[in-house]
Amino acid sequence: MDIVVCVKRVPLTEEVDIIIDDKKKGIKQDQLAFVLNDWDNYAVEEAILLKEKYGGTVTAITVGNEDDEEVLRRSLAMGADKAIRVEAGDLSRFDSLSIAKILSATLKDLQYDLALTGVLADDDNSGAVGIMLAELLNLNHCAMVTAIDIKDGKANTTSELEGGLGEVSLIDLPALLTIQTGINEPRYVSILGIRKAAKKELKVIGLEELGVSEEELTPKTIIEEAYLPPETEGAQILSGDPDKIASDFVEILKKKGVME
Amino acid sequence: MSEIFVVIEHRLGEIRDITYEMLWKAGDLSEKLSHTVTAVLLGHEVDPIAENIKDRADKIIIYDDERLKNFNADISKEILAGLIKDLKPEIILAGNTSWGAELAPALSVKTGLPLATDCIDIASENGKIIAQRQMYSGKIFSNVSFAKSDGYIFTIRSGVFPKDKIGDRQAETIQKDFPVPDRELKKSFVEFVETAAGDVDIAQADLLVSVGRGIGEEENIAIVKELSEALNGILSCSRPIVDKNWLPKYLQVGTSGKSVSPKVYVAVGISGAFQHMAGLSGAGTIIAINKDPKAPIFRTAHYGIVDDLFKIVPALKEKALTAKKG
Repeated sequence: MDIVVCVKRVPLTEEVDIIIDDKKKGIKQDQLAFVLNDWDNYAVEEAILLKEKYGGTVTAITVGNEDDEEVLRRSLAMGADKAIRVEAGDLSRFDSLSIAKILSATLKDLQYDLALTGVLADDDNSGAVGIMLAELLNLNHCAMVTAIDIKDGKANTTSELEGGLGEVSLIDLPALLTIQTGINEPRYVSILGIRKAAKKELKVIGLEELGVSEEELTPKTIIEEAYLPPETEGAQILSGDPDKIASDFVEILKKKGVME
Repeated sequence: MSEIFVVIEHRLGEIRDITYEMLWKAGDLSEKLSHTVTAVLLGHEVDPIAENIKDRADKIIIYDDERLKNFNADISKEILAGLIKDLKPEIILAGNTSWGAELAPALSVKTGLPLATDCIDIASENGKIIAQRQMYSGKIFSNVSFAKSDGYIFTIRSGVFPKDKIGDRQAETIQKDFPVPDRELKKSFVEFVETAAGDVDIAQADLLVSVGRGIGEEENIAIVKELSEALNGILSCSRPIVDKNWLPKYLQVGTSGKSVSPKVYVAVGISGAFQHMAGLSGAGTIIAINKDPKAPIFRTAHYGIVDDLFKIVPALKEKALTAKKG
């Protein structure tokens, strides 16, 4: 069972003041910490669990700059065997389809039974790259997968639907699955583990080597403007010391009829 | 004049709410763009569904075939791509649902039409189509435009448009034959499984005290549970808590969990991702406790407490216990 898993490095935006960048196309990132995209973390873990069960190799792939190698090293430390970084310069000039095309050119020369991606990335929240990649490679696909069982060259997958329902499908391999959070419990990675994984193979490929031209990567979907959420009336904030807040809180519950 | 396609979503014989919401938006756009609304309905024995939406579209194109009994993204994509080639709709709407998220990106590649996912609005400005969407889990909004194209594909977020009828319509129905050559399915439907069955039904509760990612560690959930008990409420949670296996799925509020309608919903350490808030549309009063004043939940909550939950939650519990005694 050879598996490729596509990963992305994204900024952490919880509890930070987000500032729109000067071009108004995104956010200022220089002050932010970066992590492996949450969904991709589950995808890497799933790839490694499948490898541990069925044998084979795991290759982690990212499109990005040298800093983005951090998420590849993390994937290697989790148990991936090798990693590929596609150097494509400034990614802000691309849309989901451009990235899918780059990944497609990267995957077409690899041998694999399963390709995994996260359902979506926590930065652009598009959730399109995985299925676009499947379509470009003419791969069978399942989205929002929360369970995988391999049997006789087929995958038995459960996809998450709305309202607490799962949909079980049987799908021929090779296939691409987009992985939903909660499918497993991603393992902890130590700094020592990341250092040890530095010996593993990390290959860097350029766009020319992949044979994709700048022209075919021209985006079709373009961010005109990024902006902070429009003001809403918002919540009435309870203030004061905890005791005062608690009194106000209890008053609200009484008024709303859920407390005597 | 062109057409607006709405890909009708239904499951187990029921029309999904997103279908009505998309038809509303299609109706709204049709007036502004002088387009007509075409519902595209794929399934088996779907006449009752067509009947139900015929006053919301100008045309319903039906593909009724046993092979379409269960949703299949690959076949749906083939059928839609053919239909789009024939009729050249300017706008194609699908749900930003599990099924739509598997269909739309493939359809975009297959047809070459640009795609914007998870849209919260679509507008036409000076003849240019603009989609509004969110990034960074709703902390940033963006307006998206497209390279010039014959048509554009959008997936629509659930719950942002009304389910109401808009305009006065009487659709003609057109039955089409299954156009995809017979072949062995590379992906086949096996079954639906309940993933959120359990002993407690949070959908019935009048008061929910809900815990989210901000709780940090599994053992800290105890303080929120104690608060829920002091208030005679029921403990529920947001997705990250279930993802970490700290609480069972049947306690999860949100699109992939349960929709709830308590009189009061107390959200502890929940940032308010739209998937969570979508499960709360029936809630009476929302009180959010979060130390991040920028947390999106404060945009929809009625009351907010911006403070460290580890300081506030015990104080609320004590006050609730005293009030009960008093």
